[in-house]
Amino acid sequence: MSRQVFAYIIHKNGKPDDTALEFVTTARKLDPNAEVIGVVVGSGADLDAAAGEAAKSYTSVWKIDNAALAYPLADGVRKALVSVLPQNAVILIPHEHFGLDLAPGLAVKLDSPYLPDVVDFAGLNGDTLTAIRQEFSGMVSTHVACDIAAGAVITVRPGAFAPDESTAAAGTITDKSGDVGDVAVGRRYLETLVAEVGDVDITKSEILVSVGRGIEDQDNLEIVHDLAKAMGADVSCSRPIVDAKWLEKSRQVGTSGQTVSPKVYLACGISGSFQHMGGIKGAPFIVAINKNPKAPIFQVADVGIVADILEFLPELTEAIGEAK
Amino acid sequence: MEILVCVKRVPDTSENEIQVNGKGTDIERDDLVYSVNEWDNYAVEEAIQIRDRVGGTVTVVTVGDDESEEVLRREMAMGADNGILLSDPAFENADGRGIATILKTAVEKGRYDLILTGAQADDGAGQVGGMLAAMLDVPYASLVNVIEVLDDKKIKVGREIAGGNQEMNEMTLPCVLSIQTGINEPRYVGIRGIRKVASVEIPTMGARDLGLDPAAVAPKVKRLDYFVPDMGEGAEMLTGSTEEIIEKLMELLKAKGGIKS
Repeated sequence: MSRQVFAYIIHKNGKPDDTALEFVTTARKLDPNAEVIGVVVGSGADLDAAAGEAAKSYTSVWKIDNAALAYPLADGVRKALVSVLPQNAVILIPHEHFGLDLAPGLAVKLDSPYLPDVVDFAGLNGDTLTAIRQEFSGMVSTHVACDIAAGAVITVRPGAFAPDESTAAAGTITDKSGDVGDVAVGRRYLETLVAEVGDVDITKSEILVSVGRGIEDQDNLEIVHDLAKAMGADVSCSRPIVDAKWLEKSRQVGTSGQTVSPKVYLACGISGSFQHMGGIKGAPFIVAINKNPKAPIFQVADVGIVADILEFLPELTEAIGEAK
Repeated sequence: MEILVCVKRVPDTSENEIQVNGKGTDIERDDLVYSVNEWDNYAVEEAIQIRDRVGGTVTVVTVGDDESEEVLRREMAMGADNGILLSDPAFENADGRGIATILKTAVEKGRYDLILTGAQADDGAGQVGGMLAAMLDVPYASLVNVIEVLDDKKIKVGREIAGGNQEMNEMTLPCVLSIQTGINEPRYVGIRGIRKVASVEIPTMGARDLGLDPAAVAPKVKRLDYFVPDMGEGAEMLTGSTEEIIEKLMELLKAKGGIKS
Protein backbone atom coordinates (compact mmCIF):
# COMPACT_ATOMS: atom_id res chain seq x y z
CA MET A 1 0.00 0.00 0.00
CA SER A 2 1.35 3.38 -0.87
CA ARG A 3 1.99 5.98 1.80
CA GLN A 4 -0.81 8.44 2.56
CA VAL A 5 0.25 12.08 2.65
CA PHE A 6 -2.37 14.52 3.93
CA ALA A 7 -2.38 18.22 3.06
CA TYR A 8 -4.19 20.46 5.55
CA ILE A 9 -6.00 23.09 3.53
CA ILE A 10 -6.54 26.50 5.08
CA HIS A 11 -9.52 28.30 3.58
CA LYS A 12 -11.46 31.49 4.01
CA ASN A 13 -14.83 32.47 2.56
CA GLY A 14 -14.97 29.19 0.65
CA LYS A 15 -11.55 29.59 -0.99
CA PRO A 16 -8.41 27.57 -0.20
CA ASP A 17 -5.34 29.75 0.35
CA ASP A 18 -2.22 29.68 -1.85
CA THR A 19 -0.61 26.82 0.09
CA ALA A 20 -3.35 24.42 -1.11
CA LEU A 21 -1.88 24.47 -4.64
CA GLU A 22 1.70 24.51 -3.31
CA PHE A 23 1.11 21.38 -1.22
CA VAL A 24 0.30 19.35 -4.37
CA THR A 25 3.90 20.00 -5.39
CA THR A 26 5.21 19.53 -1.83
CA ALA A 27 3.57 16.11 -1.43
CA ARG A 28 4.88 14.91 -4.79
CA LYS A 29 8.41 15.98 -3.88
CA LEU A 30 8.13 14.29 -0.48
CA ASP A 31 7.06 10.94 -1.95
CA PRO A 32 6.18 10.67 -5.67
CA ASN A 33 4.35 7.39 -5.00
CA ALA A 34 2.18 8.65 -2.18
CA GLU A 35 -1.58 8.86 -2.20
CA VAL A 36 -2.23 12.56 -1.52
CA ILE A 37 -5.34 13.59 0.36
CA GLY A 38 -6.52 17.15 0.97
CA VAL A 39 -8.14 17.77 4.36
CA VAL A 40 -10.63 20.60 4.84
CA VAL A 41 -12.14 21.43 8.23
CA GLY A 42 -14.90 23.93 8.94
CA SER A 43 -18.64 24.16 8.67
CA GLY A 44 -21.51 24.73 6.28
CA ALA A 45 -21.56 26.29 2.83
CA ASP A 46 -18.09 27.83 3.14
CA LEU A 47 -16.62 24.41 3.85
CA ASP A 48 -18.49 22.79 0.95
CA ALA A 49 -17.22 25.48 -1.41
CA ALA A 50 -13.63 25.05 -0.14
CA ALA A 51 -13.86 21.26 -0.49
CA GLY A 52 -15.13 21.68 -4.06
CA GLU A 53 -12.23 23.97 -4.91
CA ALA A 54 -9.74 21.59 -3.28
CA ALA A 55 -11.10 18.67 -5.33
CA LYS A 56 -9.90 20.45 -8.48
CA SER A 57 -6.32 19.94 -7.26
CA TYR A 58 -6.55 16.79 -5.11
CA THR A 59 -7.87 13.43 -6.31
CA SER A 60 -9.08 12.76 -2.79
CA VAL A 61 -10.47 15.29 -0.32
CA TRP A 62 -11.56 14.57 3.24
CA LYS A 63 -14.14 16.96 4.62
CA ILE A 64 -14.75 17.48 8.35
CA ASP A 65 -17.91 19.50 9.00
CA ASN A 66 -18.48 20.51 12.61
CA ALA A 67 -20.44 23.55 13.76
CA ALA A 68 -17.99 24.06 16.65
CA LEU A 69 -15.19 24.45 14.09
CA ALA A 70 -16.88 27.12 11.94
CA TYR A 71 -14.07 29.32 13.23
CA PRO A 72 -11.28 26.74 13.27
CA LEU A 73 -9.43 27.05 16.58
CA ALA A 74 -6.35 24.85 16.53
CA ASP A 75 -7.01 22.87 19.71
CA GLY A 76 -10.44 21.81 18.37
CA VAL A 77 -9.13 21.06 14.88
CA ARG A 78 -6.41 18.97 16.48
CA LYS A 79 -8.97 16.85 18.32
CA ALA A 80 -10.90 16.36 15.07
CA LEU A 81 -7.75 15.37 13.15
CA VAL A 82 -6.60 12.95 15.84
CA SER A 83 -9.92 11.10 15.61
CA VAL A 84 -9.95 11.03 11.79
CA LEU A 85 -6.34 10.57 10.66
CA PRO A 86 -4.67 7.15 10.64
CA GLN A 87 -2.00 6.86 13.36
CA ASN A 88 0.80 6.77 10.74
CA ALA A 89 -0.41 9.81 8.80
CA VAL A 90 2.12 12.11 7.20
CA ILE A 91 0.48 15.54 7.26
CA LEU A 92 1.56 18.84 5.70
CA ILE A 93 0.46 22.04 7.44
CA PRO A 94 1.32 25.63 6.41
CA HIS A 95 3.92 27.23 8.69
CA GLU A 96 1.92 30.37 9.50
CA HIS A 97 -0.16 31.61 12.42
CA PHE A 98 -2.70 28.78 12.29
CA GLY A 99 -0.13 26.06 11.62
CA LEU A 100 1.98 27.30 14.53
CA ASP A 101 -1.07 26.88 16.78
CA LEU A 102 -1.99 23.44 15.46
CA ALA A 103 1.05 21.45 14.43
CA PRO A 104 3.32 21.02 17.50
CA GLY A 105 0.49 19.69 19.64
CA LEU A 106 -0.76 17.49 16.81
CA ALA A 107 2.68 15.85 16.59
CA VAL A 108 2.52 15.11 20.33
CA LYS A 109 -0.99 13.65 20.12
CA LEU A 110 -0.17 11.51 17.06
CA ASP A 111 3.17 10.59 18.67
CA SER A 112 4.87 11.49 15.40
CA PRO A 113 8.12 13.29 14.64
CA TYR A 114 7.70 17.00 13.97
CA LEU A 115 9.48 18.80 11.14
CA PRO A 116 8.86 22.55 11.44
CA ASP A 117 9.19 25.22 8.74
CA VAL A 118 10.47 22.92 5.99
CA VAL A 119 11.61 24.71 2.81
CA ASP A 120 12.55 21.65 0.72
CA PHE A 121 13.05 17.90 0.77
CA ALA A 122 16.38 16.24 0.00
CA GLY A 123 15.25 12.66 -0.42
CA LEU A 124 13.25 9.76 0.93
CA ASN A 125 15.29 6.62 1.55
CA GLY A 126 12.91 3.85 2.57
CA ASP A 127 11.12 5.52 5.44
CA THR A 128 13.89 8.00 6.26
CA LEU A 129 12.90 11.46 5.11
CA THR A 130 15.52 14.19 4.79
CA ALA A 131 14.23 17.75 4.80
CA ILE A 132 15.86 21.15 4.53
CA ARG A 133 15.11 23.98 6.93
CA GLN A 134 16.79 27.17 8.06
CA GLU A 135 18.13 28.43 11.37
CA PHE A 136 19.45 31.73 12.72
CA SER A 137 17.07 33.97 10.79
CA GLY A 138 17.84 32.21 7.50
CA MET A 139 21.61 32.71 7.74
CA VAL A 140 22.34 28.96 7.67
CA SER A 141 20.45 25.91 6.46
CA THR A 142 20.37 22.40 7.84
CA HIS A 143 19.45 18.92 6.67
CA VAL A 144 17.25 17.15 9.20
CA ALA A 145 16.19 13.52 9.03
CA CYS A 146 13.57 11.39 10.69
CA ASP A 147 11.79 8.07 10.27
CA ILE A 148 8.26 8.65 8.93
CA ALA A 149 7.07 5.02 8.95
CA ALA A 150 4.91 5.84 11.98
CA GLY A 151 3.81 9.16 10.49
CA ALA A 152 5.06 12.74 10.64
CA VAL A 153 3.73 16.25 11.15
CA ILE A 154 5.47 18.65 8.78
CA THR A 155 4.93 22.40 8.62
CA VAL A 156 5.93 23.86 5.27
CA ARG A 157 6.96 27.44 4.65
CA PRO A 158 4.35 29.21 2.48
CA GLY A 159 5.84 30.03 -0.92
CA ALA A 160 8.68 27.48 -0.61
CA PHE A 161 7.15 25.16 -3.24
CA ALA A 162 5.76 26.25 -6.60
CA PRO A 163 1.97 26.00 -6.88
CA ASP A 164 0.57 23.26 -9.10
CA GLU A 165 -1.89 25.20 -11.24
CA SER A 166 -3.36 22.17 -13.04
CA THR A 167 -6.89 21.92 -11.76
CA ALA A 168 -8.09 18.75 -13.46
CA ALA A 169 -7.97 16.38 -10.51
CA ALA A 170 -11.77 16.02 -10.39
CA GLY A 171 -11.30 14.54 -6.93
CA THR A 172 -13.67 12.62 -4.71
CA ILE A 173 -14.91 14.34 -1.57
CA THR A 174 -15.34 12.02 1.42
CA ASP A 175 -17.31 13.25 4.40
CA LYS A 176 -15.44 12.25 7.57
CA SER A 177 -17.55 14.36 9.95
CA GLY A 178 -19.12 11.28 11.56
CA ASP A 179 -15.75 10.07 12.87
CA VAL A 180 -15.22 13.22 14.90
CA GLY A 181 -16.00 13.17 18.63
CA ASP A 182 -16.09 16.01 21.13
CA VAL A 183 -14.05 19.01 19.98
CA ALA A 184 -14.72 21.29 22.97
CA VAL A 185 -11.61 23.15 24.13
CA GLY A 186 -10.63 25.64 26.80
CA ARG A 187 -10.35 28.47 24.32
CA ARG A 188 -13.11 30.53 22.77
CA TYR A 189 -12.82 32.76 19.71
CA LEU A 190 -14.16 36.24 20.39
CA GLU A 191 -13.45 38.47 17.40
CA THR A 192 -10.84 39.63 14.90
CA LEU A 193 -9.61 43.16 15.32
CA VAL A 194 -8.75 44.60 11.92
CA ALA A 195 -5.52 46.58 11.67
CA GLU A 196 -5.85 50.34 11.79
CA VAL A 197 -5.11 52.24 8.61
CA GLY A 198 -2.28 54.70 9.12
CA ASP A 199 -1.63 58.11 7.58
CA VAL A 200 0.10 56.53 4.59
CA ASP A 201 -1.25 53.47 2.75
CA ILE A 202 1.99 51.72 1.79
CA THR A 203 0.05 49.04 -0.12
CA LYS A 204 -0.53 51.69 -2.80
CA SER A 205 3.01 53.12 -2.86
CA GLU A 206 5.05 52.90 -6.08
CA ILE A 207 8.38 53.51 -4.39
CA LEU A 208 9.20 52.38 -0.88
CA VAL A 209 12.22 53.20 1.22
CA SER A 210 12.04 50.49 3.83
CA VAL A 211 14.04 50.55 7.03
CA GLY A 212 15.11 47.79 9.40
CA ARG A 213 17.18 47.11 12.49
CA GLY A 214 20.28 48.61 10.82
CA ILE A 215 18.98 52.09 11.61
CA GLU A 216 20.00 51.41 15.24
CA ASP A 217 18.24 54.39 16.83
CA GLN A 218 14.93 56.22 16.51
CA ASP A 219 16.71 59.54 16.01
CA ASN A 220 18.41 58.14 12.90
CA LEU A 221 15.04 57.66 11.15
CA GLU A 222 15.39 61.21 9.89
CA ILE A 223 17.90 60.09 7.22
CA VAL A 224 15.32 57.60 5.93
CA HIS A 225 12.58 60.22 5.72
CA ASP A 226 15.00 62.58 3.98
CA LEU A 227 15.90 59.97 1.36
CA ALA A 228 12.24 59.07 0.81
CA LYS A 229 11.43 62.73 0.28
CA ALA A 230 14.24 63.13 -2.25
CA MET A 231 13.08 60.02 -4.15
CA GLY A 232 9.38 60.81 -3.96
CA ALA A 233 8.91 57.59 -2.00
CA ASP A 234 6.99 56.49 1.09
CA VAL A 235 8.67 55.05 4.18
CA SER A 236 7.94 51.49 5.25
CA CYS A 237 9.78 49.21 7.67
CA SER A 238 10.45 45.72 8.96
CA ARG A 239 9.15 44.26 12.19
CA PRO A 240 11.81 45.37 14.72
CA ILE A 241 11.06 49.02 13.95
CA VAL A 242 7.38 48.52 14.83
CA ASP A 243 8.24 46.42 17.90
CA ALA A 244 10.35 49.32 19.11
CA LYS A 245 7.36 51.61 18.38
CA TRP A 246 9.50 53.88 16.18
CA LEU A 247 7.00 53.67 13.30
CA GLU A 248 3.33 52.72 13.28
CA LYS A 249 2.19 49.15 12.55
CA SER A 250 0.52 50.23 9.30
CA ARG A 251 4.01 50.82 7.83
CA GLN A 252 5.25 47.27 8.51
CA VAL A 253 5.92 45.08 5.47
CA GLY A 254 5.62 41.33 6.01
CA THR A 255 3.30 38.39 6.57
CA SER A 256 2.20 39.85 9.89
CA GLY A 257 1.99 43.36 8.46
CA GLN A 258 1.13 44.79 5.04
CA THR A 259 1.53 43.18 1.63
CA VAL A 260 3.03 45.74 -0.74
CA SER A 261 3.60 45.76 -4.50
CA PRO A 262 5.72 48.78 -5.39
CA LYS A 263 7.81 49.22 -8.54
CA VAL A 264 10.96 49.85 -6.53
CA TYR A 265 11.79 48.64 -3.02
CA LEU A 266 14.86 50.01 -1.29
CA ALA A 267 15.62 47.77 1.71
CA CYS A 268 17.84 49.69 4.15
CA GLY A 269 19.41 47.72 6.98
CA ILE A 270 16.88 44.91 6.58
CA SER A 271 18.20 41.35 6.90
CA GLY A 272 15.41 39.89 4.74
CA SER A 273 13.62 37.26 6.82
CA PHE A 274 11.10 35.16 4.94
CA GLN A 275 8.33 36.77 6.97
CA HIS A 276 9.43 40.17 5.68
CA MET A 277 9.90 39.04 2.05
CA GLY A 278 6.48 37.34 2.20
CA GLY A 279 4.95 40.81 2.31
CA ILE A 280 6.50 41.91 -1.01
CA LYS A 281 4.56 40.93 -4.12
CA GLY A 282 4.54 41.82 -7.80
CA ALA A 283 8.29 41.39 -8.37
CA PRO A 284 9.52 44.93 -7.68
CA PHE A 285 13.07 46.05 -8.39
CA ILE A 286 14.70 45.43 -5.00
CA VAL A 287 17.80 47.28 -3.87
CA ALA A 288 19.35 46.05 -0.63
CA ILE A 289 21.76 48.08 1.47
CA ASN A 290 23.19 46.20 4.43
CA LYS A 291 26.54 46.21 6.20
CA ASN A 292 26.46 42.42 6.61
CA PRO A 293 27.55 40.84 3.28
CA LYS A 294 25.91 37.56 4.39
CA ALA A 295 22.47 39.07 4.99
CA PRO A 296 19.81 36.85 3.36
CA ILE A 297 18.33 39.94 1.66
CA PHE A 298 21.18 39.76 -0.90
CA GLN A 299 19.84 36.42 -2.13
CA VAL A 300 16.55 37.95 -3.19
CA ALA A 301 17.50 41.51 -4.09
CA ASP A 302 18.22 42.62 -7.67
CA VAL A 303 20.99 44.94 -6.62
CA GLY A 304 23.02 44.82 -3.43
CA ILE A 305 25.29 47.30 -1.69
CA VAL A 306 27.42 46.40 1.31
CA ALA A 307 27.41 49.59 3.35
CA ASP A 308 26.39 51.08 6.66
CA ILE A 309 23.07 52.81 5.95
CA LEU A 310 23.86 55.49 8.54
CA GLU A 311 26.67 56.70 6.25
CA PHE A 312 25.32 55.67 2.86
CA LEU A 313 21.76 57.03 2.93
CA PRO A 314 22.68 60.70 3.58
CA GLU A 315 25.18 60.58 0.71
CA LEU A 316 22.57 59.10 -1.61
CA THR A 317 20.04 61.74 -0.56
CA GLU A 318 22.56 64.47 -1.25
CA ALA A 319 23.46 63.04 -4.67
CA ILE A 320 19.80 62.84 -5.68
CA GLY A 321 19.29 66.44 -4.55
CA GLU A 322 22.25 67.63 -6.61
CA ALA A 323 21.07 65.77 -9.70
CA LYS A 324 17.72 67.57 -9.69
CA MET B 1 -0.97 34.27 39.61
CA GLU B 2 1.88 31.77 39.42
CA ILE B 3 3.68 32.27 36.12
CA LEU B 4 6.43 30.13 34.60
CA VAL B 5 8.46 31.50 31.69
CA CYS B 6 10.60 29.11 29.62
CA VAL B 7 13.71 30.80 28.24
CA LYS B 8 16.71 29.84 26.12
CA ARG B 9 20.28 31.04 25.77
CA VAL B 10 21.04 31.63 22.09
CA PRO B 11 23.71 33.25 19.91
CA ASP B 12 22.68 36.85 19.34
CA THR B 13 22.16 37.09 15.56
CA SER B 14 22.22 40.89 15.60
CA GLU B 15 25.69 40.86 17.19
CA ASN B 16 27.21 37.93 15.29
CA GLU B 17 27.86 36.75 11.79
CA ILE B 18 26.72 33.14 11.86
CA GLN B 19 29.14 30.90 9.95
CA VAL B 20 29.25 27.18 9.34
CA ASN B 21 32.39 25.41 10.55
CA GLY B 22 34.75 23.64 8.13
CA LYS B 23 33.13 20.23 8.44
CA GLY B 24 29.56 21.50 8.40
CA THR B 25 28.87 19.81 11.73
CA ASP B 26 28.00 23.02 13.59
CA ILE B 27 28.20 26.77 13.37
CA GLU B 28 31.40 28.49 14.52
CA ARG B 29 30.64 29.04 18.19
CA ASP B 30 34.01 30.20 19.53
CA ASP B 31 33.55 33.94 19.21
CA LEU B 32 29.79 34.12 19.48
CA VAL B 33 28.05 36.56 21.79
CA TYR B 34 25.18 34.78 23.55
CA SER B 35 22.15 36.33 25.12
CA VAL B 36 18.60 35.45 26.05
CA ASN B 37 16.38 34.62 23.07
CA GLU B 38 14.73 37.89 22.03
CA TRP B 39 11.15 36.50 22.15
CA ASP B 40 11.73 35.08 25.64
CA ASN B 41 12.73 38.48 26.92
CA TYR B 42 9.33 39.85 25.91
CA ALA B 43 7.69 36.87 27.64
CA VAL B 44 9.54 37.57 30.89
CA GLU B 45 8.64 41.26 30.74
CA GLU B 46 4.97 40.36 30.18
CA ALA B 47 5.01 37.94 33.12
CA ILE B 48 6.51 40.61 35.40
CA GLN B 49 3.89 43.16 34.32
CA ILE B 50 1.05 40.68 34.95
CA ARG B 51 2.46 39.83 38.39
CA ASP B 52 2.76 43.51 39.24
CA ARG B 53 -0.92 44.00 38.30
CA VAL B 54 -2.53 40.94 39.91
CA GLY B 55 0.10 39.57 42.32
CA GLY B 56 1.84 36.20 42.37
CA THR B 57 5.30 35.09 41.36
CA VAL B 58 7.34 34.76 38.18
CA THR B 59 9.66 31.79 37.76
CA VAL B 60 12.08 31.48 34.85
CA VAL B 61 13.26 28.07 33.73
CA THR B 62 15.73 26.90 31.11
CA VAL B 63 17.16 23.64 29.82
CA GLY B 64 20.89 24.05 29.35
CA ASP B 65 24.35 23.91 30.79
CA ASP B 66 25.98 26.00 33.51
CA GLU B 67 26.38 28.92 31.13
CA SER B 68 22.61 29.10 30.75
CA GLU B 69 22.48 30.15 34.39
CA GLU B 70 23.61 33.65 33.38
CA VAL B 71 20.47 33.97 31.26
CA LEU B 72 18.29 33.04 34.23
CA ARG B 73 20.14 35.57 36.35
CA ARG B 74 19.62 38.27 33.75
CA GLU B 75 15.87 37.62 33.72
CA MET B 76 15.83 37.65 37.53
CA ALA B 77 17.57 41.01 37.41
CA MET B 78 14.62 42.17 35.27
CA GLY B 79 12.30 41.16 38.07
CA ALA B 80 11.60 37.43 37.92
CA ASP B 81 11.33 35.97 41.44
CA ASN B 82 12.83 32.51 40.95
CA GLY B 83 15.03 30.63 38.53
CA ILE B 84 15.32 26.91 37.81
CA LEU B 85 18.10 25.36 35.73
CA LEU B 86 17.34 21.97 34.17
CA SER B 87 20.69 20.45 33.34
CA ASP B 88 21.87 16.92 32.62
CA PRO B 89 24.26 15.36 30.09
CA ALA B 90 21.23 13.36 28.90
CA PHE B 91 19.52 16.60 27.80
CA GLU B 92 22.32 17.71 25.46
CA ASN B 93 21.00 16.33 22.18
CA ALA B 94 17.31 16.75 22.94
CA ASP B 95 15.13 17.95 20.05
CA GLY B 96 12.13 20.24 20.52
CA ARG B 97 9.97 17.40 21.79
CA GLY B 98 12.71 16.38 24.22
CA ILE B 99 12.89 19.94 25.59
CA ALA B 100 9.08 20.01 25.97
CA THR B 101 9.22 16.64 27.77
CA ILE B 102 11.85 17.94 30.21
CA LEU B 103 9.87 21.14 30.83
CA LYS B 104 6.69 19.14 31.42
CA THR B 105 8.28 17.29 34.33
CA ALA B 106 9.44 20.61 35.82
CA VAL B 107 5.96 22.15 35.37
CA GLU B 108 4.43 19.22 37.23
CA LYS B 109 6.72 19.88 40.20
CA GLY B 110 5.05 23.29 40.68
CA ARG B 111 1.55 24.77 40.43
CA TYR B 112 1.52 27.24 37.60
CA ASP B 113 -1.52 29.12 36.29
CA LEU B 114 0.18 30.52 33.23
CA ILE B 115 3.16 29.22 31.25
CA LEU B 116 4.85 31.47 28.70
CA THR B 117 7.46 30.74 26.04
CA GLY B 118 8.91 32.87 23.26
CA ALA B 119 7.14 32.42 19.90
CA GLN B 120 10.36 30.98 18.51
CA ALA B 121 14.11 30.83 19.16
CA ASP B 122 17.31 30.48 17.14
CA ASP B 123 16.17 27.39 15.23
CA GLY B 124 12.98 29.10 14.06
CA ALA B 125 10.84 26.07 14.89
CA GLY B 126 8.29 27.56 17.27
CA GLN B 127 7.46 24.13 18.64
CA VAL B 128 8.16 23.81 22.36
CA GLY B 129 5.16 25.76 23.72
CA GLY B 130 2.59 23.92 21.62
CA MET B 131 4.11 20.55 22.48
CA LEU B 132 4.25 21.36 26.19
CA ALA B 133 0.58 22.39 26.18
CA ALA B 134 -0.44 19.16 24.43
CA MET B 135 1.60 17.08 26.89
CA LEU B 136 -0.07 18.88 29.81
CA ASP B 137 -3.50 18.76 28.11
CA VAL B 138 -4.06 22.48 28.61
CA PRO B 139 -5.12 25.13 26.06
CA TYR B 140 -2.50 26.79 23.87
CA ALA B 141 -2.24 29.94 21.79
CA SER B 142 0.77 31.01 19.74
CA LEU B 143 2.01 34.44 18.64
CA VAL B 144 0.28 36.21 21.52
CA ASN B 145 0.62 40.01 21.47
CA VAL B 146 -1.78 41.04 24.24
CA ILE B 147 -2.84 39.43 27.54
CA GLU B 148 -5.61 40.66 29.82
CA VAL B 149 -6.34 38.82 33.07
CA LEU B 150 -10.14 38.54 33.48
CA ASP B 151 -10.21 36.61 36.77
CA ASP B 152 -8.26 33.79 38.39
CA LYS B 153 -9.67 31.26 35.94
CA LYS B 154 -9.80 33.18 32.65
CA ILE B 155 -7.66 35.42 30.48
CA LYS B 156 -8.25 37.25 27.23
CA VAL B 157 -5.46 36.98 24.67
CA GLY B 158 -4.84 38.56 21.30
CA ARG B 159 -2.83 36.72 18.64
CA GLU B 160 -0.99 38.25 15.75
CA ILE B 161 -2.48 36.88 12.53
CA ALA B 162 -2.02 37.92 8.89
CA GLY B 163 -2.18 41.48 7.64
CA GLY B 164 -1.59 43.14 11.01
CA ASN B 165 -4.94 41.82 12.28
CA GLN B 166 -5.44 40.48 15.78
CA GLU B 167 -7.44 37.40 16.75
CA MET B 168 -9.02 37.75 20.19
CA ASN B 169 -9.68 34.68 22.34
CA GLU B 170 -10.81 33.83 25.84
CA MET B 171 -8.79 31.04 27.46
CA THR B 172 -9.17 29.08 30.65
CA LEU B 173 -6.25 28.69 33.06
CA PRO B 174 -3.91 26.97 33.31
CA CYS B 175 -2.72 27.43 29.76
CA VAL B 176 0.42 27.87 27.66
CA LEU B 177 1.04 30.92 25.48
CA SER B 178 3.88 31.67 23.07
CA ILE B 179 4.74 35.36 23.09
CA GLN B 180 5.41 37.49 20.01
CA THR B 181 7.85 40.39 20.01
CA GLY B 182 6.31 43.85 20.36
CA ILE B 183 3.81 42.81 23.07
CA ASN B 184 5.59 45.22 25.45
CA GLU B 185 8.84 47.11 25.81
CA PRO B 186 11.24 44.93 27.83
CA ARG B 187 12.94 46.91 30.54
CA TYR B 188 16.64 47.62 30.46
CA VAL B 189 18.82 45.58 32.78
CA GLY B 190 21.82 47.42 34.11
CA ILE B 191 24.97 46.09 35.68
CA ARG B 192 23.62 47.02 39.14
CA GLY B 193 20.53 44.91 38.58
CA ILE B 194 22.66 41.92 37.61
CA ARG B 195 24.90 42.42 40.66
CA LYS B 196 21.89 42.37 42.97
CA VAL B 197 21.01 38.82 41.93
CA ALA B 198 24.60 37.62 41.46
CA SER B 199 24.58 35.53 44.61
CA VAL B 200 20.98 34.29 44.54
CA GLU B 201 20.84 30.52 44.69
CA ILE B 202 19.47 28.95 41.49
CA PRO B 203 18.46 25.32 41.96
CA THR B 204 19.65 22.87 39.31
CA MET B 205 17.69 19.72 38.51
CA GLY B 206 18.83 16.77 36.44
CA ALA B 207 17.01 13.80 34.91
CA ARG B 208 17.01 11.93 38.22
CA ASP B 209 15.64 14.89 40.21
CA LEU B 210 12.84 15.22 37.67
CA GLY B 211 12.12 11.49 37.64
CA LEU B 212 12.82 11.45 33.93
CA ASP B 213 14.01 8.43 31.96
CA PRO B 214 16.80 9.73 29.64
CA ALA B 215 15.32 7.56 26.86
CA ALA B 216 12.22 9.78 26.94
CA VAL B 217 14.23 12.70 25.58
CA ALA B 218 16.05 10.84 22.79
CA PRO B 219 15.58 12.86 19.58
CA LYS B 220 13.16 11.69 16.87
CA VAL B 221 14.46 14.32 14.47
CA LYS B 222 18.22 14.48 13.85
CA ARG B 223 20.10 17.42 12.42
CA LEU B 224 22.58 16.02 9.91
CA ASP B 225 24.61 19.11 9.11
CA TYR B 226 24.72 22.86 8.70
CA PHE B 227 25.32 24.42 5.30
CA VAL B 228 25.09 27.69 3.47
CA PRO B 229 22.55 27.37 0.69
CA ASP B 230 23.58 27.95 -2.89
CA MET B 231 22.83 31.63 -3.31
CA GLY B 232 21.84 31.12 -6.96
CA GLU B 233 22.12 34.30 -8.96
CA GLY B 234 21.65 36.54 -5.96
CA ALA B 235 21.89 40.30 -6.17
CA GLU B 236 24.18 42.15 -8.55
CA MET B 237 26.58 43.66 -6.03
CA LEU B 238 27.61 47.24 -6.65
CA THR B 239 31.25 47.82 -5.75
CA GLY B 240 33.79 50.62 -5.96
CA SER B 241 34.01 53.93 -4.19
CA THR B 242 30.89 55.36 -2.57
CA GLU B 243 30.66 57.92 -5.38
CA GLU B 244 30.84 55.17 -8.02
CA ILE B 245 28.25 53.07 -6.23
CA ILE B 246 25.86 56.00 -5.88
CA GLU B 247 26.28 56.91 -9.55
CA LYS B 248 25.45 53.35 -10.65
CA LEU B 249 22.57 53.11 -8.20
CA MET B 250 21.03 56.39 -9.37
CA GLU B 251 21.17 55.23 -13.00
CA LEU B 252 19.39 52.01 -12.05
CA LEU B 253 16.82 53.77 -9.89
CA LYS B 254 16.01 56.26 -12.64
CA ALA B 255 15.63 53.45 -15.19
CA LYS B 256 13.25 51.56 -12.90
CA GLY B 257 11.16 54.57 -11.93
CA GLY B 258 12.64 54.74 -8.44
CA ILE B 259 13.22 58.47 -8.39
CA LYS B 260 10.28 60.78 -8.98
CA SER B 261 11.27 64.20 -10.21
